[in-house]
Amino acid sequence: MGGTQKKKYERGSVTNYITRNKARKKLSLSLPDFRRLCILKGIYPHEPKHKKKVNKGSTAPRTFYLLKDIRFLLHEPIVGKFRDYKVFVRKLKKAYGKTEYTNVQRLKENKPTYKLDHIVKERYPSFIDALRDVDDALCMCFLFSTFARTGKCHVQTITLCRRLTVEWMNYVIASRSLRKVFISIKGIYYQAEVMGQLITWLVPYQFAHDHPTDVDYRVMATFTELYTTLLGFVNFRLYHSLNLLYPPKLDAKAESELKDENDEDYAMNSESYLEKLSALSTSLATVVATTEEEEAQLDQFPVEDEDMEKMEAREREQKEQEAQKKLLEGHKFFLNREVPREPLAFLIRCFGGEVSWDKSVCIGSTYEMTDESITHQVVDRPNVDKKYINRYYIQPQWVFDCVNAKIVLPVEDYFLGVTLPPHLSPFVEEKDGDYVPPEKLKIMALQRGEKPAQEEEEEEEEDDDEEEEEEEEEEEDEEEEEEENNLKKMEKQRSQGKNLSVKVTAGKVKVENPERLEQEEKAEEKRLAIMMMKKKEKYLYDKIMFGKKRKVREANKLTAKRKAHDDAEKSKKKTKANK
Amino acid sequence: MPRHVLCCDRLLPLPDVTSFTLRCRAPPANLPDVTYEPANLPDATYDARPWSSPRAVMEKSSTRTEEMENVQKTEKKKRSKEEEEEEEEVFNLNNKTPGDEGDDEDLSDSEDSVFSGLEDSGSGSEDEEEEEEGSHEEEDLKDDQILQPEKKKGGLTAEEEKKEDEYRQDSSDEEDIRNTVGNIPMDWYKDFPHIGYNLDGKKIFKPIRNKDELDEFLDKMDNPDYWRTIHDKQTGSDIILSDDQVALVNRLQRGQFGDLHFNEYQPQVEFFSSDVMLHPVTNRPADKRSFIPSLVEKEKVSKLVHAIKMGWIKPKRHEEPGGRFYDLWANEDCTTSLARLKMHLPAPRAPLPGHMESYNPPPEYLFTEEEKALWEQQDVSDRKCPFVPRRFSSLLQVPAFPRFLHERFERCLDLYLCPRQRKLRVNVNPEDLIPKLPKPKDLQPFPTTQSLVYRGHNGLVRSISVSPSGQWLASGSDDGSVRFWEVCSSRCLKTVQVGGAVKSVAWNPNASLSLLAVALDSMVLVLSPSLADKQVVSASERLLAGPQGAEPAEEAGPVTWTDTEGEELNQGIRLKIQHPKPVQQVAWHAKGDYLASVMPDHSSHLQVFIHQVSRRRSQNPFRKNKGLVQCVSFHPVRPYFFVATQRSVRIYNLVKQEMTKKLQANSKWISSMAVHPGGDHVICGSYDCRLSWFDLDLSTKPYKMLRHHKKAVRGVAYHRLYPLFASASDDGSVIVCHGTVYNDLLQNPLLVPVKVLRGHVITHDLGVLDVTFHPSQPWVFSSGADATIRLFT
Repeated sequence: MGGTQKKKYERGSVTNYITRNKARKKLSLSLPDFRRLCILKGIYPHEPKHKKKVNKGSTAPRTFYLLKDIRFLLHEPIVGKFRDYKVFVRKLKKAYGKTEYTNVQRLKENKPTYKLDHIVKERYPSFIDALRDVDDALCMCFLFSTFARTGKCHVQTITLCRRLTVEWMNYVIASRSLRKVFISIKGIYYQAEVMGQLITWLVPYQFAHDHPTDVDYRVMATFTELYTTLLGFVNFRLYHSLNLLYPPKLDAKAESELKDENDEDYAMNSESYLEKLSALSTSLATVVATTEEEEAQLDQFPVEDEDMEKMEAREREQKEQEAQKKLLEGHKFFLNREVPREPLAFLIRCFGGEVSWDKSVCIGSTYEMTDESITHQVVDRPNVDKKYINRYYIQPQWVFDCVNAKIVLPVEDYFLGVTLPPHLSPFVEEKDGDYVPPEKLKIMALQRGEKPAQEEEEEEEEDDDEEEEEEEEEEEDEEEEEEENNLKKMEKQRSQGKNLSVKVTAGKVKVENPERLEQEEKAEEKRLAIMMMKKKEKYLYDKIMFGKKRKVREANKLTAKRKAHDDAEKSKKKTKANK
Repeated sequence: MPRHVLCCDRLLPLPDVTSFTLRCRAPPANLPDVTYEPANLPDATYDARPWSSPRAVMEKSSTRTEEMENVQKTEKKKRSKEEEEEEEEVFNLNNKTPGDEGDDEDLSDSEDSVFSGLEDSGSGSEDEEEEEEGSHEEEDLKDDQILQPEKKKGGLTAEEEKKEDEYRQDSSDEEDIRNTVGNIPMDWYKDFPHIGYNLDGKKIFKPIRNKDELDEFLDKMDNPDYWRTIHDKQTGSDIILSDDQVALVNRLQRGQFGDLHFNEYQPQVEFFSSDVMLHPVTNRPADKRSFIPSLVEKEKVSKLVHAIKMGWIKPKRHEEPGGRFYDLWANEDCTTSLARLKMHLPAPRAPLPGHMESYNPPPEYLFTEEEKALWEQQDVSDRKCPFVPRRFSSLLQVPAFPRFLHERFERCLDLYLCPRQRKLRVNVNPEDLIPKLPKPKDLQPFPTTQSLVYRGHNGLVRSISVSPSGQWLASGSDDGSVRFWEVCSSRCLKTVQVGGAVKSVAWNPNASLSLLAVALDSMVLVLSPSLADKQVVSASERLLAGPQGAEPAEEAGPVTWTDTEGEELNQGIRLKIQHPKPVQQVAWHAKGDYLASVMPDHSSHLQVFIHQVSRRRSQNPFRKNKGLVQCVSFHPVRPYFFVATQRSVRIYNLVKQEMTKKLQANSKWISSMAVHPGGDHVICGSYDCRLSWFDLDLSTKPYKMLRHHKKAVRGVAYHRLYPLFASASDDGSVIVCHGTVYNDLLQNPLLVPVKVLRGHVITHDLGVLDVTFHPSQPWVFSSGADATIRLFT
């Protein structure tokens, strides 16, 4: 009964959370520093379940952090470094103010720096964890490496980013782990499978950025700081897993060749080395001169029947992968000047092809255009003046589509001046019921090993089937409607009543389809059962059904659009033919 | 005379040109070298400093000329005292004809040049200077010769004057003034023949100038010296420059040194050079302080030492060799992973791109015009796809994505600002949500198809009722008639015109009676349709005959009972019960003796009457108004009375005369009510589309709310024998449900909708108005606003 009065908001979930401002004060950091710390340590706000309770009755929008997280931050040594830096800035200002330039010099030499190694280790206790999170790091580093070396961020950061991305690409080439590529309007997406992890990254096109004003570069730079550290360690580990030297060295043979060729042009050896690496044209030096690696065979285990199927599927998959790795082996490519060199060279080298380019484009070209053994020349212009007979002239999309299809596609659709077939995203996996573009069906047929001509027929048949089904459905509806109409008619006739001429007409035998009846019955049963649903479940059910219907609607819309487009194309062709 | 003239000429001020050049070249402050003492001879200074700058030279020269002028002025003053008159003449002469002085011209010219100071200031070589000096001396000599006595006199004074000169020199105002008026705008004297006054207050006249434009022009054409003639505004005279002067002007204009012989490129004498010399530049013995250790330095060093000691100054850091990166995960031990990390929610990955994002998407993914317009209209947050899909014919044409940096930045913000939450995705198979109900097939019998339609009414049929035998159907309609139908044949056997819209009909539930109560306007009629056995008919006649001989004097109440006569009697109307207000509903008690009528009214407690037919008695059971009564019903077995108001159903015990229960319907407006033949369950239909089932043993809240109808529920009914109930609604449908009630109190009733019956046409937004079951068969009748009655079997 008695006792002290309980105070509100002093126990329960309130004690687990802390607002941002309070957290900042607890750590005695300025807001930018706090932000930096959160970014580096990976601390993010939490949404409490009962916001009003945690917010002490107020409904003002606040960000909450877990109190435990903030306590954890209290022990972070990097906070001390932030303070050191503050002190450094103050000293520097003072020295400038007193015009003590020797002091300024001395202070600058001893500028406090910090390392993020321990944070990386702490956030990613195992290497696989790090790999899982390397997506964003790659995206960011690739973006920063395209920045101009003017002002927006430190030049060292940009060069470091460039170095790390080049190392990454070289690793992907060396391990042949690229799986999918996609040319989007934003940039080029790559997906690689590294140690069982699917890693996707996006590389912007090589253009100058017009830096927007509403982007805070400090935030981006902080992220980059962390990501470069992470990526460096990841690269180190990956290189060592392949017995490659880190920092990467070119093959001794290739190096000597390059040296001979390009010594005159490139005076600065240290700078040109990165460029030679970034040419992606030669393999890297290994720690030990290895013989050909033996492929690890899957050991056979005695397994039960169910597992057998899985095992077989796995084996098949592996075989497929092996085949994909050697997709372009034996092909020799030459890139014309207008073709983006880096993505294509990367791609071709990833799948075992040989690639070269004009000497004037970049360092590291391995053979000339006049080489007779070139099988494909990648050109991105409507026509070429001088053509060699024994090679295909193809547009760059061919390489991308081949990689995604995992087979060498017929080159006819990709010749110069030909309207390219649509480039499809390899990341979309259609479930049944989703819309599948006809081009994808075609590629799938090719993968199965069918010839394209047959496929078209099949397609049409399939289409017909679908249409029939649809028609059937429609028919059903129609029949129902008809019944109703009949009833109404009869009623009308009756209501007219008196002038109803009594006449016996030959009755029709009503053919009853037992299946149909059954179906109808079931449908009605379902309808009635749905009526009896609880309110909550009904809501959920309606939502799910709405989503399903929307999906169907969207798919139908796409098919309709496609059909209209195809019809228009056909009519155009016809008119042309007539003319 | 010539001397006078000479003197006067000396007084002439310097021409403009020199003053201009001098002003231009003169530095604002005199150099220390130049402060020149009048005692020193100019020559001496020149010789002593051969490398002094030409500017300095000019300064000197200018000062010197002033000096001389001053001297001459003083001299002139002295002389003027003696020869005032003569001077006047001279002035006059001068003023009159400057050109007339042709005789003196040569001489005066030279003198002019001397006193103009031009030679001194620039062009003069040493020789010339010497010459000039010589000429000066000559002149001086001449003067001396002439004015010897004065000179002797003024020996002292001259010295004094020199001092004065020195003093005067400071005032820069006096510089270059060659007239007596001072440094004023000469426009003021423009209209006068003179400029200023002399010491005696006489006007000093300008040289006569009467040149007009033509003269000027002629002069320009004829005079070879015209180009070197300069008009001096201050004195108003023309001055012709000598060749040297012109050369000087030219040199200055070209930016060259005034001194012709000045060497700009003299070899530099290097005192301090990169070569280490054997001997010091100076042979001065070293100071003592250079042998003593400096205290200041000591202080500084000690400060540094202290700072180093205290760790304030650190030695320069060196980058550790061997690269920044190493094998960070060399000794992975997952056992030490923090508990925090277990709770860690990794950020969701960025969604992967679909076909739409391709640079060359299939044509169906591109936007049509309308879609694009819609996309542009939409708010950024509403857009399904954050970009417009575009198609490029080749890779070369793909431009940079303008929002690339934004998107990456937004991803960064998401990573560190977005609260993360683990959300369970509802992965429910929608089929699982549908409750498993017994199949309607197993719950047969129930009406499934429309088999008969009863036509004949002209207005909407508000109410129907089936006779307890199940052979007859009575219906009341807005067209003012009550019709009796044979159920099996759908034939109308009898039509009774009652003269008003019938609100409600109710067949007496007692099988041994054949009576029908009809509510219209403010009357309740009791009909004896004589559609049964004679026995039954006579029994009902007997009942209606009432208490023979009893006192009919109960007219005090608001209700009056009257027997009918004549035509009405022939039609079968036997009794008229006149109410004070319009009657909405009638309901019989199961025994068939009591009849309840409802007169809905907000403001009165006179809403319900219970009539006893046998004794022709009416009573109002309620003393208080508890809300607008919608409908009433008797309990089939026990003496209970159900009254449904707008929101609730009240159950009264008629014996104890008290309320036993109040059921909350949870709906806005109850429209109809039916009581289960067992008596323990009640269903209520409401205008807000709901049907609520009450289990009286369970609770006063509905056991189940059924929201089957899309529109207002108008009527509900229970079957007497089968576990069926039906509801009729404005959406034109009758829904038949199976409702098993178990005797066992632990088991709740099982409610299963079994059939949706359609047939009625919706007219004026009204669908089915009443529904009722056949007493013995699983058939259901419904009456609608389309003036029909339908039988579903």
